[in-house]
Amino acid sequence: MKHTRRESLAAWAFAAPALVVIALFFAVPVFAGLALSLTDFDIYALASLSNLRWQGLDNYLHVLSLPLFWKALGNTLYFVVLGVPLSIGVSLAAAVLLQSKLVRFKPLLRTALFAPVVTTLVAVAVIWRYLFHVKYGLVNHTLQSLGIDPIDWLGDPHWSMPTIILFAAWKNFGGNMIIFIAALQAVPQDLYEAARLDGARPWAQFRHITLANIAPTLLMVSILTTAGYFQLFAEPYVMTQGGPLQSTVSVLYLMYEEGFKWWNLGLASAVAFVLFVIIVGVSKGLIALQRRLNGGEA
Amino acid sequence: MSLQRRAFLGASMALAGCAPAAGPTTLRFWAMGREAEVAAQLIAGFEREHPGIRVKVEQLPWTAAHEKLLTAFAGDATPDLAQVGNTWLPEMQALGALEPLEPWLAASPEVQPADYFDGIWATNAPAGRRVGLPWYVDTRLLFVRQDLLAAAGVPRMPVNWAEWTAAMARLRERGMATPLLLPTNEFEPLLALALQQPGEVLRDGGRYGNFASADFRRALGFYAERFRVGDAPGLSNNQIANLWLEFGRGSFAFYISGPWNIGEFKRRLPPELGQAWTTAELPGPRGPGESIAGGASLAMFKRSAHKREAWALIRYLSRPEVQLAFYRLTGDLPPRRTAWALPLEGATLAADRHAAAFRRQLERVRPTPAVPEWERIMQEMQLAAARVVGGRETEDTAVRQLDARVDGILEKRRWMLDRQGGA
Repeated sequence: MKHTRRESLAAWAFAAPALVVIALFFAVPVFAGLALSLTDFDIYALASLSNLRWQGLDNYLHVLSLPLFWKALGNTLYFVVLGVPLSIGVSLAAAVLLQSKLVRFKPLLRTALFAPVVTTLVAVAVIWRYLFHVKYGLVNHTLQSLGIDPIDWLGDPHWSMPTIILFAAWKNFGGNMIIFIAALQAVPQDLYEAARLDGARPWAQFRHITLANIAPTLLMVSILTTAGYFQLFAEPYVMTQGGPLQSTVSVLYLMYEEGFKWWNLGLASAVAFVLFVIIVGVSKGLIALQRRLNGGEA
Repeated sequence: MSLQRRAFLGASMALAGCAPAAGPTTLRFWAMGREAEVAAQLIAGFEREHPGIRVKVEQLPWTAAHEKLLTAFAGDATPDLAQVGNTWLPEMQALGALEPLEPWLAASPEVQPADYFDGIWATNAPAGRRVGLPWYVDTRLLFVRQDLLAAAGVPRMPVNWAEWTAAMARLRERGMATPLLLPTNEFEPLLALALQQPGEVLRDGGRYGNFASADFRRALGFYAERFRVGDAPGLSNNQIANLWLEFGRGSFAFYISGPWNIGEFKRRLPPELGQAWTTAELPGPRGPGESIAGGASLAMFKRSAHKREAWALIRYLSRPEVQLAFYRLTGDLPPRRTAWALPLEGATLAADRHAAAFRRQLERVRPTPAVPEWERIMQEMQLAAARVVGGRETEDTAVRQLDARVDGILEKRRWMLDRQGGA
């Protein structure tokens, strides 16, 4: 199987359009962002590039010395640590439910549960803001009829992040649900039959057959969801503007404020790269964890 | 270099824009919030006077307006003219986005600078270049439940800090828990108190923060004392469920706010309280004090291809009678003294029960330092004040840390100024 020169040229020619697009719309912006993060690009530099100064790693040191950055990172971790398991748990539960023989109207249910994913985030966020309004919201109305005092869901710094987590989990679980349904359908039915003959309970079947078979899917979904949830932005931007008391400022929201509110694009780019490193680190960690778990079982 | 290129591009675009002279000229006018909603009604009169000009009002929400202006500049998509918050002018001026108005003003004698309130007029000329014309003004003063003051035996409306604190102490003795509402996330009250001091908030021509100075310390001390002695509750404005309801109930007797609340209070307070509340000038350390010179201005963009038409619209909107019509539509207060003296429902705006105090206060408004970083500095100042109020920092630590932060924010500005000075 020896490639001739002509063949490899042809291959490159076929790949070229895609490579050009990737270079133009991915590589160039990323390198421009990296370059920007080493400068102090701001409104003065926008007026004239002669006002641009080389900063080296100062922006990164500055970001790491900002108390608000650590607060934003804490908020983001809070969102990820609570939001990812919740979101995946709900997705998996919904998928298992839809696979169950006991459930009827499956196509209808599948569409209904998937609907939040395809709706516009801003539009639903407005509706959620009404639902969770401290005085006129349906949620507090229901709580009150149960005799529970109203909660200031979006105005109280202790409740704002849980409300955002709930919203994000509701908005996103449908996508992962579809992936889990596909994975569940690939699990061979005879495994369940064999297990039943051996007297395995439903919970044992779920743990040792379902979970074991969809483990690779679970890992992939975890990585994708974690990476996505680290980039929390639109939910607090629409629902709370980072407030109350900066309790919903995420790392990306901080980047947005630095970049587009105060126009410190150099510093904002540095925040973006710090977030990038964190996401890569966490994803690697998840993969390593999976390897160890697999190694332990084998 | 790139500025020159931009100027050249602007000029060539202007030429290109003028070439096809057929059809009416369309002006793009960016306005925000409520002002944008009513601008169309004002502009009908302008379009009747100028059949060759059509005005397209594009509405921006206040929350996104600032970013939108900056992005429009970066993306070469600025409108012909815009409503610009007057604290944003220094920033837009630093960018070189705005057309200097001196030559245009020289050719339009009916726009009389002396007719504008001095403090407001001054905010429109950052770095000595006039880039905006005040459209409406905004300042902060006291909204007062005068019936509760009278019931507590306060002899007259307080005009200085001593009388004001005595009145609040009296109200507390008579059972009012917190007589003053001072939301901890609003920077304007503390800024107004700081502007009442003789010193500057920034020193050396806006190069460094001056928050550790005795003057700012006095303002912050007075502010923090209100919370310490219990005059004001340590709440932010989103923790106050219904401001108007609480004011109507008499939960507090003093509230520092701006002109839009005249209309809100009239609409939302029960009719029997119509005579119970009034507005009053902000008390100063010794007699009536200064307050902030806020509001929005009209500005033309350098890259506009229709500057003559844009200026005609600015001139039209600056006429005293148009300003009064604008007041009727929005409740926004006019920046020209003549507009206040025009007949309005059998009297004048200056004689209006609730606007009169604003008229007097507007003679005593003080512009803030014209630095592009101002908004961010204000945010830092209020965060520092909130930490003092919350007891997490002493005043000493807070002002020293605030100076350090502000000096950091102004570092680039110092570098720019030094370089300009050296060149």
